[in-house]
Amino acid sequence: MYTHLKPALLMLLVWTVLTGVAYPLVVTGMAQVIFPGKANGSLIKDAQGKALGSELIGQPFSDPKHFWGRPSATSPYPYNAGASSGSNLGPTNPALADAVQSRIQTLKEADPGNPLPIPVDLVTASGSGLDPHISPAAAEYQINRVAKARNMNVAKVRELVEEYTESRQWLMFGEPRVNVLGLNLALDGVVR
Amino acid sequence: MTGNSFFQIAVYVIALLALAKPLGWYMARIYEGEPAGLNRLLAPFEGLIYRFSGVDPKQEMRWSDYAIAMLAFNLLGGLAVFALQRLQADLPLNPQNLPNVSPDSSFNTAVSFITNTNWQGYSGEVTMSYLTQMLGLTVQNFASAATGMAVLVAFTRGFIRRNADTIGNFWVDLTRSTLYILMPLSLILALLLVGQGVVQTFSTYQTATLAETVNYEQPKLGEDGQAMKNADGTPVMEKLATKEQILAVGPAASQVAIKQLGTNGGGFFNVNSAHPFENPTPLSNFLEMLSILLIPAALCFTFGMMVGDTRQGWALLMAMTLIFVPLVLVTVPAEQAGNPMLTALGLDQSASNQQAGGNMEGKETRFGITNSALWAVVTTSASNGSVNAMHDSFTPLGGMIPMWLMQLAEVVYGGVGSGLYGMIVYAIVAVFVAGLMIGRTPEYIGKKIEAYEMKMAAIVLLVPPMLVLGGASIAVMVDLGKASVFNPGAHGFSEILYAFSSAGNNNGSAFGGLSANTPFYNFTLGLAMLFSRYWLAVPVLAIAGSLVAKKIVPTGPGTLPTHTPLFVTLLIGTVLLVGALTFVPALALGPVVEHLQMIGLK
Repeated sequence: MYTHLKPALLMLLVWTVLTGVAYPLVVTGMAQVIFPGKANGSLIKDAQGKALGSELIGQPFSDPKHFWGRPSATSPYPYNAGASSGSNLGPTNPALADAVQSRIQTLKEADPGNPLPIPVDLVTASGSGLDPHISPAAAEYQINRVAKARNMNVAKVRELVEEYTESRQWLMFGEPRVNVLGLNLALDGVVR
Repeated sequence: MTGNSFFQIAVYVIALLALAKPLGWYMARIYEGEPAGLNRLLAPFEGLIYRFSGVDPKQEMRWSDYAIAMLAFNLLGGLAVFALQRLQADLPLNPQNLPNVSPDSSFNTAVSFITNTNWQGYSGEVTMSYLTQMLGLTVQNFASAATGMAVLVAFTRGFIRRNADTIGNFWVDLTRSTLYILMPLSLILALLLVGQGVVQTFSTYQTATLAETVNYEQPKLGEDGQAMKNADGTPVMEKLATKEQILAVGPAASQVAIKQLGTNGGGFFNVNSAHPFENPTPLSNFLEMLSILLIPAALCFTFGMMVGDTRQGWALLMAMTLIFVPLVLVTVPAEQAGNPMLTALGLDQSASNQQAGGNMEGKETRFGITNSALWAVVTTSASNGSVNAMHDSFTPLGGMIPMWLMQLAEVVYGGVGSGLYGMIVYAIVAVFVAGLMIGRTPEYIGKKIEAYEMKMAAIVLLVPPMLVLGGASIAVMVDLGKASVFNPGAHGFSEILYAFSSAGNNNGSAFGGLSANTPFYNFTLGLAMLFSRYWLAVPVLAIAGSLVAKKIVPTGPGTLPTHTPLFVTLLIGTVLLVGALTFVPALALGPVVEHLQMIGLK
């Protein structure tokens, strides 16, 4: 046993330096040079350089003038990007049905008379609590409400939605989706 | 299932099998010490590592020496991770001033990372300093993966060598695995991931101004730091508002790369690869998913090359793939079918060009159903355990398949090294069963399988089920175990069973609702992880020690060929039979009951 302890200790030291120090430093150095924006969180900045959020992280929206994103289960407030979390509610947990029911209610109160069926992703919490996207169906569901609240032409809003819709990556991977923060900032005219 | 769904799954399986062969060839050259590019270039550096550590690379080890070297290295690694967590508040590279981690959680995490389980009882961004993540967790991501690969290579030598008494040098196998295989692949993957948006920085957390101010309530804390209570016992709530979003960042890409390639699975952030900074795009998702199974699949080919008969490797790879693909085709439709309770509320859960539909609770829009369900099967067939969706919110059947894949002892691809040595042990059992049926002494790849090998194989087969079923039954009997359950009913039992299936097979994924960061679970799951790693690795090395001493039996007319479809079928049958007979009763109490309740709720 003791004959192996010395090489074990020295080997651990070697690999701590190589994989724990050298490797992350090399990756960080290369990442900061090749992809500085992405390596630091893909921040969206206004003309003054103030950070308005990240292209990859959603934000909480509840104003009818904005498109709303996926419900978020982070605490103490939704879309807390310092403490990611899903709801972990099981499929048969009555609390899940209750939460979904109350979100349906909120959507209907904000837009009475909307004839479209409510898309499932608009009323179920995302895995990370930070999902920046909704499905195109979930955006379509909200177009009339947003246009009305803003006194805007529906076609104009739809045009913007299409602009912020991403198709499947390389035409095959993932799902079509709409970036909610990007779309709302464009609607507000903050970022074009 | 939609056409695109089939297409994405097919692309994945084809890409995996296509990459397995070249990488398998490369790894075989590395372990045999044949020139393969990098090992020529870095040979002087490799020599330097041995000189510094006082290792003679030419000195061969008996199996017991090999096992002791492996255990000593892992023990010291565990102590280092434990110490880093206990002292991180006073150490540098802690920009968020995170406090020291509790002793029980530190024990659990140290065990978790040296055993290649990477179960996370803690939440990364609010618990671990950058220093702990780098010097502790990232290092063990490499070291535990390289340990698994080293044990596999030593085991393989049991079939190659004859009338010998040594099975290689642990330090050499460890060094070559890390230096020539894990580090270069991780470097490439990490940069590809940053290109997709995975963060890699040492800066403090970023701050952004929210587009809408958020009003929220939280329990008011008194001067003692405890929640204040009203006269009727309800907590005093205070109304707060925030205009800012704190964005947790860090050196994530470097750790995510090795977490996938080394079948580790411990995330940088709490929600692992569901976090947009850890897995931002469908392409990053594909790359991460591919890297989970890449080395385990390629090692089958490495094994075939090293024993001098590539057909043996292909047979093992086919057996794994033939179990894997049908289980994907069960899980994806189960999730796509959605939740009948929500259909009753009038939601649209159908799949179309406009939405993924299905059971979207706990899933990310960019991954939808197909990539979330496929990932769940991939990560549990390998002993990876990283997640890109919350398994606790899966439908009962969609959650049962990942649980069962772990219970199959992580041999369907499995962990790097550990998956294949587990599968070879199953192959030994399969030839033994076949030998009993036809009345001949069983042989596998030229070596006679006798009583000693079978005793060791029995330990390998029996330890994980004992840990899983034993651990889960203790947890459901005591209040400490039941108190952590989050979801009511049969699903609550599934949470506990899943936790012990994960720890008892070194997977690391979880039904996250279970509050596992308690002394009870930190201790019991920690023990399960320890036993399931070393009580399997040591008997495997013992088999290797016994096999190297034997002569090679020439293939005769009575030899059962182990590369044929017949043998593949026999092997699959053995794996499934052991897995089914052992775990079906327990699964019936959890996911099966819940499924019946769910469809009854229509």
